Amino acid sequence: MNTVGAIDREWHRFTPAQRLARFALYFGIVFACVISLRTVQIIPEFLYDAPEQVADLLKRMWPVEWAFYPKGVHEVLIETLHIATLGTILAIIMALPLGLLAANNITPNAWLNYFAKLILVSSRSVNSLVWALLFVAMFGPGALAGTLAIAFRSIGFVGKLFGEALEETRPGPIEALKAAGAPWTSIYIKGYWPQVEPAFWAIALFRWDISVRESAVIGLVGAGGIGMAIDTAMNLFQWQRVALMLVAIFAIVVVAEIAVTYIRKKII
Amino acid sequence: MGAATQQIRPPAFLPNWPARLAWLALLAYSVYAASILDFSWDRFITGLDNAARLIGRMLPPDTTPSRMALLLKGLYESLEIAIISSALGILLSLPIGLLAARNLMPGWISWPTRLLIALCRSFHQVIIAIIFVKAVGFGALAGILALTVASVGFIAKLFAEAIEEISLKQVEAIRATGASFMNVISYGVMPQVLTRFVGFATYQVDSNLRNSTMVGIVGAGGIGGTLFSAFQRFDYDFLLTILLAIIALIMVSEVLQNRIKKLFQ
Repeated sequence: MNTVGAIDREWHRFTPAQRLARFALYFGIVFACVISLRTVQIIPEFLYDAPEQVADLLKRMWPVEWAFYPKGVHEVLIETLHIATLGTILAIIMALPLGLLAANNITPNAWLNYFAKLILVSSRSVNSLVWALLFVAMFGPGALAGTLAIAFRSIGFVGKLFGEALEETRPGPIEALKAAGAPWTSIYIKGYWPQVEPAFWAIALFRWDISVRESAVIGLVGAGGIGMAIDTAMNLFQWQRVALMLVAIFAIVVVAEIAVTYIRKKII
Repeated sequence: MGAATQQIRPPAFLPNWPARLAWLALLAYSVYAASILDFSWDRFITGLDNAARLIGRMLPPDTTPSRMALLLKGLYESLEIAIISSALGILLSLPIGLLAARNLMPGWISWPTRLLIALCRSFHQVIIAIIFVKAVGFGALAGILALTVASVGFIAKLFAEAIEEISLKQVEAIRATGASFMNVISYGVMPQVLTRFVGFATYQVDSNLRNSTMVGIVGAGGIGGTLFSAFQRFDYDFLLTILLAIIALIMVSEVLQNRIKKLFQ
């Protein structure tokens, strides 16, 4: 920048404080990486051993025990799907009022907005596995705990996005309905709903897709579904069955993704 | 009202029967699924009783010094897992994303790379963690590798998609100057996608931080292991301490992220 003219020299993209902050950030990132790498407890022998162990694992998994599918996998796989679907439906039912409360144009009260957002944030901050642990402690192992875990984890996600969709609605149709003397039910069903319907279905399908993936895992802590079967098979070192279940999960995730893409095209 | 003044007007909003039937089907499904999964009111009521007892045993949160040392150790390890796996994931995603972009690479490179990315994406982090725990033993290394794989699956996929959307005119212009391949990448491609790459990367850092607190449940290091053993030993008061600490950690990281975003706007 030495050759630029006197006027141009005045211009800097960032103020010194900004540059300092950016430098501090870069420094912080590098520092964090170095410190982590130096202090993390890794046993190098385990790392050298890894290729051998992976080969061993794959050898134990092969051949995949396909014959076990009708006996022990089909039922839990269907249960997994039910957990994901029912959990998502429950979450949507609970998230709708929270979304309405969180949207400032529908609930013009900052305190209520904060209250709803607080519930939504706490739902999202707790991982679905942790929700599953808590519900297993309350309702015992099984699909009920899993469904509630999926539901409570999804509330935050659905409620946040639904509330944001509501805040983006145009006030025109609402005012027209109000001017015509429409009752509040009509304002919601004919004014707001048509405007948020595409977003609603997109959110619901997206969340269902995520729920299918998560419901396959929460069984590891006893919350029903295929995860429980994997846990049992692993504890008994039946790796051929584990391989079968991994294939089953992979298949169900792919099917769910195809289904979501198809339904999205159909209704949105 | 006389017959003469009556007018036949169609209702303003026609009933949408297919939609109503679909809602009904959804309701029927919910009832059916609930019965399949053996939900019952009794179980729910018993559960509420248990919930009250659980919360009673959680309070007050356990803050004895020895436990707090355990908590800090777990949190620190989670942080390490999150940082290292994010760094590795971001570094690996750059070349992998470039290799997977179909507008820059020939098909025999991009398709295998895309397959690799799809493989990384297809399983939940916890399942990948299980496999790595078997491969490299219990501890932070398994968590780091699992989250690295998950990061590559996410960042590289979106990065490749971002590259496929770039304008090729600039790339051609750089190429016309006789620039080498690396120069085309760094002056023609990267300026167009770098901001999006940073966006994906920061999102994944956040996601890794959340997941690093729970890969421990399957033995892959971090606070998750402490959490799970507290749960299994019915140390519910310590469980609450851990949960609160995790939530605090995530909230702090969200505040930090917002600060950083403001810095770069």
